[in-house]
Amino acid sequence: MKAALSRRVRSAAAFLLTALCVVIALVPLLSLAWLVVSRGWAGFSWALLTEVPGPPGGAPGGVGNALAGTGVVVFWAALLGLPLGIGAGVFLAESDHDDRLASAVRFTADVLAGVPSIVAGIVAYGLIVAPMKRFSALAGAVALAVLMLPALARTTEELVRRVPGALREGGLALGIPQWKTSLRIVLPAAAAGIATAVLLSIARIAGETGPLLFTSLNNAHWSLAPDQPIGTLTVQLYNDAISPYPAMQQRAWATALLLLVVVGLLNMAARVVAGRRAEGAHG
Amino acid sequence: MGMMRRHTDRSYEAELAALREKVARMGARVEGAVATATRAIVQRDAAMAESVRVEDRLVNRLEVEIDEDCRRILALRQPAGSDLRFITTALKIVVDLERIGDLAANIAGRAIELAEAPPLLSPPDVGRLSELVQAQLSRAMRAFVDSDVALAEEVKGEDDLVDALYMKLFNQLLGLMMEDSRNIRRLTALMFVAKHLERAGDHATNVAEMAIYLARGTDVRHPRSRA
Amino acid sequence: MDETVRMAVRGLSAFHRGTAVLHNVTLDVRDRSVLAVIGPSGCGKSTFLRCLNRMHELAPGASVTGEILLDGRDIHGPGVDPVALRRRVGMVFQRPNPFPTMSIFENVAAGLRLNRMAGDLDAVVERALRAAALWDEVKDRLRGSPGSLSGGQQQRLCIARALAVEPEVLLMDEPASALDPIASARVEDLVHELKARYTVVIVTHNMQQAARVSDSTAFFYLGRLVEHSPTAELFTNPREERTEEYVTGRFG
Repeated sequence: MKAALSRRVRSAAAFLLTALCVVIALVPLLSLAWLVVSRGWAGFSWALLTEVPGPPGGAPGGVGNALAGTGVVVFWAALLGLPLGIGAGVFLAESDHDDRLASAVRFTADVLAGVPSIVAGIVAYGLIVAPMKRFSALAGAVALAVLMLPALARTTEELVRRVPGALREGGLALGIPQWKTSLRIVLPAAAAGIATAVLLSIARIAGETGPLLFTSLNNAHWSLAPDQPIGTLTVQLYNDAISPYPAMQQRAWATALLLLVVVGLLNMAARVVAGRRAEGAHG
Repeated sequence: MGMMRRHTDRSYEAELAALREKVARMGARVEGAVATATRAIVQRDAAMAESVRVEDRLVNRLEVEIDEDCRRILALRQPAGSDLRFITTALKIVVDLERIGDLAANIAGRAIELAEAPPLLSPPDVGRLSELVQAQLSRAMRAFVDSDVALAEEVKGEDDLVDALYMKLFNQLLGLMMEDSRNIRRLTALMFVAKHLERAGDHATNVAEMAIYLARGTDVRHPRSRA
Repeated sequence: MDETVRMAVRGLSAFHRGTAVLHNVTLDVRDRSVLAVIGPSGCGKSTFLRCLNRMHELAPGASVTGEILLDGRDIHGPGVDPVALRRRVGMVFQRPNPFPTMSIFENVAAGLRLNRMAGDLDAVVERALRAAALWDEVKDRLRGSPGSLSGGQQQRLCIARALAVEPEVLLMDEPASALDPIASARVEDLVHELKARYTVVIVTHNMQQAARVSDSTAFFYLGRLVEHSPTAELFTNPREERTEEYVTGRFG
């Protein structure tokens, strides 16, 4: 009886301690969200989503062009990065552990994952901006694609590896060639997980600023052209935040809130997909 | 086959050992019954003969028990190889042993009949035949328990001896009947006893054949029926 | 009894990263018969099976020596494509492994579709499912997910999938070990039926199962073939003392 009592006391103490840790961890997060919502809410309006930014000192206007610009840059980044990242992941998963090319790719991906995002911007600057002598949405997309590659490749590798070997063997035993087995049987089995990884990687690059500063630059006007400078939410926010005009600072807060919502929605979508996958696995 | 390794499952090993021991015990019992029944004839002891009939009921009970043990092992252990052959031969051997037990009881019945009638002046010797059959049975059982093919082959050969001795006894009894018709009833009883002993010898031979099958895995009965 | 040899294994040795896991195995697999392969874990019985459709050599560092003749032709000979060989020598695995992203129909059709083999898919799928004794249970939900089937049904689906490409030989690697006794009995019953058209090689841990389904049984120990005999003989009167010890449970 005594032992049971002390065990219960210790268990309760441990629970309280862990709960306290959670609360402490949540404080900065919640205060950040509160700050953004409370400051940004005032500038939130329909115009924010539809209009271009007003001139310094004038009416605030909106960041509609930057919202569309972020969409354009992310679209091109995804178009470049997803096939490469997923393809590399499948290659890594299907190659032998001691394959030298695979080891080299894996090592490169790990190094790339640790590189600060600004370096990806410099790479894109050197590859696209300097030869073309022009800032462009495409250059920004290349920078973001480089950023999403390593995590996507390693996540895909992990997910494809987690597909039971029995499925691969099942395909091979039917006399289906190895590459076809990988693409038509193994990859679809990992598809739901990869979809989640794709959404998360898009959410991650949508919030990048550094690599875009000297690749896609900025644009105060509407533009969807990939070969022109383009406005993005993050760069717009950066510019507004460091400006001396209160109206522009207010616009920065509103943009921050918008960015929070966009990234939040992408994360939620990823959760929904992942949740559906978990359900599917049980069924 | 030499010393076999033990079963990994020791409870299975123990069950088989217990069964082997029980079959050996049944063999010893019926062998004893044959000896006692024959002695009751020679010594004209009705009480001794009665004890054989009691013994036969014990033997019958042992047969039922062994049957059950075999069925249980077959159902629960799914024996294979030499174990399977041991179980199936045990099932057949107990039938032979039980028949020998019955024959001993029949001999005991004749012993009571003869004990109640006046003694014959010069009774022919059934003891010699009985000893031969007892030895045959005892050796057949040992061959079975030890999986000894050579011994079993020897026992199989001894059946000719038993048959020869039986024929000799039969002719002797026939001669005595023709000498004095007043003795026919008692001599007929002895003739039955001789016949029972000869049959018991046949069953002992069956046991020997089963022992050969158990050890070798080949059936030595009815050699011509196999294509 | 038909004595035609479908597969002849001659001096087969298999290696894994330089270590021999199968030593000099020679045996014949008769046409339209069931060969059961038994032995303790690690005896090489699964490796042996995987050599027969050249799945063994897919593992890194794996190799084989010796000959395996399918209808008299060496399956390692020049010009023999292992991928094409696997359409002639099908395989069913220990755990049911239906393709989860495909429907029941697509699973059975997968071998034909992904190999671009010609044929009336509907007819082939129905025939394969009937041959695997699954048709009546799934005919109304062919578009459904294989995940909705029981373990035993999934395994029969995998058998149907293997049969759909019309193999000559069907390899089964402990096909009932993950199933309950009833489902496992259905698979065994199916093996009896398959024998009429296919040659079956089945690896099993379960000696009673080997005894029930096979015509001949091969006992492997430490990578060597100890004995290959008619099944009734191997289980009542084995030739080798090792076999006797194994089938009677006097081992290790």
